[in-house]
Formats: sequence, structure tokens, C-alpha cells
Amino acid sequence: MVKVDGSGSSSSLIHVRGLDKTYARGGEVIHVLQGLNLDVDSGDFVAFMGPSGSGKTTLLNLLGGLDVPSAGTISVAGDEITHMSASKLTAWRARHVGFIFQMYNLIPVLTAFQNVELPLLLTKLSKADRKRHVETALQVVGLADRMQHYPRQLSGGQEQRVAIARAVVSDPTFLLCDEPTGDLDRKAADEIMDLVGRLVHEFGKTVLMVTHDPAVAQRAQVTLRLEKGSLVGAPEGAGVA
Amino acid sequence: MKFLPLVIANLFRKKIRTALTIGSFTVALFLFGLLVIVRGAFSQGVDIAGADRLVIINKTSLIQPLPLSYRDRLLRIPGIKQVTFQNWFGGVYQDEKNFFPQFAVDINNQRAMYPEFVVPEDQWKTFVEDRQGAIVGQSLAQRFGWKVGDRIPIKGTIYTGQWEFNLRGIYNGTRAQDDTTQFWFHWDFLEERRAFGKGDVGWYVVRVSNPDQSVQIAKSIDAEFANSPFETKTDTEKAFAASFVKQMGNIEFLILTVGGVVFFTLLLVTGNTMAIAVRERIGELAVLKALGFSNRFVLLLVMMESLILAFVGGGLGLLLAKLFSLHGDPTNGILPYFYLPPLAIVSGVATALLVGVAGGILPAISAMRLRVVDAIRRV
Repeated sequence: MVKVDGSGSSSSLIHVRGLDKTYARGGEVIHVLQGLNLDVDSGDFVAFMGPSGSGKTTLLNLLGGLDVPSAGTISVAGDEITHMSASKLTAWRARHVGFIFQMYNLIPVLTAFQNVELPLLLTKLSKADRKRHVETALQVVGLADRMQHYPRQLSGGQEQRVAIARAVVSDPTFLLCDEPTGDLDRKAADEIMDLVGRLVHEFGKTVLMVTHDPAVAQRAQVTLRLEKGSLVGAPEGAGVA
Repeated sequence: MKFLPLVIANLFRKKIRTALTIGSFTVALFLFGLLVIVRGAFSQGVDIAGADRLVIINKTSLIQPLPLSYRDRLLRIPGIKQVTFQNWFGGVYQDEKNFFPQFAVDINNQRAMYPEFVVPEDQWKTFVEDRQGAIVGQSLAQRFGWKVGDRIPIKGTIYTGQWEFNLRGIYNGTRAQDDTTQFWFHWDFLEERRAFGKGDVGWYVVRVSNPDQSVQIAKSIDAEFANSPFETKTDTEKAFAASFVKQMGNIEFLILTVGGVVFFTLLLVTGNTMAIAVRERIGELAVLKALGFSNRFVLLLVMMESLILAFVGGGLGLLLAKLFSLHGDPTNGILPYFYLPPLAIVSGVATALLVGVAGGILPAISAMRLRVVDAIRRV
């Protein structure tokens, strides 16, 4: 159950309290996020919408441990990440977060198989086990027959599927999607969202997604609106209590 | 090992750039190899000089002779165990381009004085018995396809006229650096036929009982012949060889300068290559970090690429230099010891790797310090 009023319990999968993020630019302090509270349970599918500069991507970066807040706390599955050292945060990210970017961000010189294998290189899995995991992930996204293809040999939709396979292959605690369909046409976007939906419904994944597209946001159980660094209005969607 | 495909894939990202950078290392290390060979060729005499041998030349210059009568006087000087002498012949075999050193030697003491040159006993015996006999080094025999029994005509330039020799033996060195390009013949034969300089020798070589006393004995020798028409200048064989090299200029300085410039240029090339390689894939490095690869991993990834370029290119250059050296002296006898020693190969590889580290370190640090959030925003 998604809550934004600070009434969620600390047993939530993602537990955010009083989150602030400020930047100093030319002597001026810019408040990107202000006093944000958020509770997300395991298996939730949350979309963040809002105008450019509202702090959506910043929130995603903070939740994914890519950036550190100016104030406030973030706990994920009981791990308080806001005070972790950079190296611990890196290790934490490898274990708990799967990223899906708007521009796919695949490594162009690696095949689809090698791209998906990347997160597993950080584990102690044997080569055979890694192969098994990668093949399973690519089967889930429907690209079992494209394993040895390079990103340049794939369509945008296929590239994003590889990126999704890479995000889920190590079975992370939650997925962060930053405009996952932003670079795709409607048909490809629908296919990607079908896939994300499957990850939530069939595999029980927790997904937090930033999007500008209302049609994409509708696929989420809950849509939250950000404006000027604050969550505004009540959560919308089927997942709201 | 599991990360190797990532490193290799990155290196093949821009094949031409990788090939050119490897090529730079190859050319630089090939040049390094050649410089080491040339340095070795010049200083080979210094490196392998006998510690217990002294060389006595005319104080005026090497080309001025010394009287044969000095031999007995030398033997009377305390500390001197053995004496031999030689003369430079300076003849031409068929063509002036076919240079090789010819020495008229004292057959009674040559072998004992230079035990590093090995001649089969039977060949030495026939050489001694034949007044026109000659012995040549293995490389020289190989160069002209000579075999024992051949008749070798040499045109004298100092001692004019046509000189005919019978090849009676072929010597070999006991060490890789030993000069096997020499031509020896009987000093008596020279003495008998030459029109001038009778009773003279080119220089003496003496063996001392105790190498620690070499300097004192050298002083005693020069003192013995001081204020005579043929004053002497005595040095250890090492010092003699070193002064000989010095006459050709400061080879060491030249090599260091050329080598230094080449490696500095290589450093700039590598640094530039790695800086571009990092700059054009900032987004990818950021993604790796987002996926959980540590800063240290990113640093090592860039360093590995730089080191592989250095190792492959450097190794290739040294391999080519080695292959080149295996063909032997390309200068027709000017650099008889044309050899790239294993230690030079090791130090060449180490130098290449050092350049790889130095060239890659700054781009690697900038990659390590990359902030994921900033970098991903740029993609």
C-alpha cells in the first residue's frame, strides 16, 4: 500500500521520511525535494508524474542510492541507505536495485547476453549459473533468440527489453524506471509496459517509475504527482486504499 | 578473468584507434630494442672484458707500434703472469664493404690469453703447423660461407700486396656476447712478409696474477717504459674498451635522449587515447556504476585497457626487434655483437607497462571520480 502522508509503518519495503534535496547554484539554494514522505510496500507499482524540474528523477536517484539527500532518511527492506558510505551504497545497489533508463543505456560493444550478464559478474555465481540466469531473463523478455545480437542490431523496443532483462537478472528488491518508454513509439511502449506489468503481477516485483505519459502512468497501481519538490494531491489509481 | 570480455570489447570499440595506439607502442619498443642492441654492440667489449687482463698501447696512440723486445721486459715485472701481442692488419676481402677485423696473433699465447674463444684441438694444431694458416670466428665463417680448408685471399691496405691464407679452424665464443667475427693469423707470417715495421707489435695484452693489483701493475708497466722512444699507456681491458667506445661519442647519452623523447611522446599518445576513450563513454561508465560496479573497478577497467595496449604493442615491438636481431649484424661487421638480451626484453616490457600506467592513470582517476547522477544526465 502506497502512503505519502507519513502514516506508513517502518515495515514498508521503502520507507522515506522528511526527504530534502537542495542544490546550490550561483549562491542560490534550489530546493528540488522538500520534506517528502513515502511508503511503498513490496509488489507495489508506483508511477511518478509531474512537470519537468519537479524532482521526479532526483527522487528516483535518491531511492536508487545514486545520490544522497540533503536531509531526511530512506530505508529499503530495513537498510537505512542515507548514511551508507559510497562503497557500501554501491554494493547495496548491486544487490537491491534494478535500473531501467529512458535511453536503455546498454553497452554497445557487448552482446545482449553480455549486457544482461553484467550485474551477475558482481556475484559469486559460476559461469554456468550466470548463463542459466541470463538465458532465463532473456526468455522472460522474449529475446531468447537475440542473445548474441549487439544493441545496434536491435530495435529500440528490443533494446529496452534487454535493459529490463539486465535490471531483473540479479533479482533485485525493486526496479526503478526512468521514462522507460520515453524513446519508443506507442506500440513498442505498450509492449514494454505489458512486460513491466508482468514483472509486477507474475513475478511480484516492486516498481517505481517516472513518466510524462499519462497512458503509461495508468498502467501503474498508483500514480503520485510531484510539483516543485513536493508530492501534491492524493495518490490515484487502483492501488490506493 | 570474468571481466576480460568487457575489457577486450572496449579495446575493439574503435579498432583503428586501438591499432594506431598499439602501433605507437610497437614502433617505440622496436626502437627501444634497437637502441639496446646498438648500445650492447658498442659496450660489449666493456661488459665482457677480462678482469685480469691489461692492454698496453703506445702512449702516443693506438696506431703507433711497440717493440717486440718489450715482451721479455714485461714478463719481468712482478705480478704479470702471461704476455701476448697482436697487430692490426686492416686488409680487404674481395670488397671494401666486407669489413671484418684481422689480427696477426702470437700463436704461442693467444689461446691461453683468451680462453673464452674455443678452437677444436685438431684445428688449432693444424693452424699452428701452417705458417699461412688462419682461424676465424663462427659468425665470420657463416657470413662468407667459409669452411676449414678454404683458401682466403686478402688484399693488404697497410701491409700492401695480396695475402693468401688457409683456413685451418673456426673458433666459437663461450658467451653470447663474445665476438666471433675476428680473423687470426700468424704474427710470424706478417713479420716475414711485411716491408716495414719489422720487430714491432701493435699492442700487448698481459694477464696479472691478482686483478686487485691491476692499477698498480699498470703504473709499474708505464713507469718501466717511461722516457723511452716508445712510452706506453696501460689500462685494464675494461677501461681500454670503454675509452674505445668513448671515441665514437657519448653513445649512452644519445640512446637515453632518443629513448626519452620516444617514451615521452608515447606517454602523450597513450594519455590522449585513454582520455578520449573515457570521455566518449562516460555514460557507459556511469551505467556500470549504477549497476553496482565500484569506483575502484572502473579505475582498474580503464587501467587494464591502457596496460593491455602497452603490453601488446610493446611486446610486439620487442618481438620484432628480437627477430631483427636474429638475422645478425646488418652493418657488415661494424656491430658484430648484434644481440637483444632477455633482460632488455623484460625491462622493455616493464617500461611499456610503466608508460601504460602513466598514460592511463589520469583518465582512469577521472573515470573513477565520475558522479553517476551527473554522467547519466549527459547521456
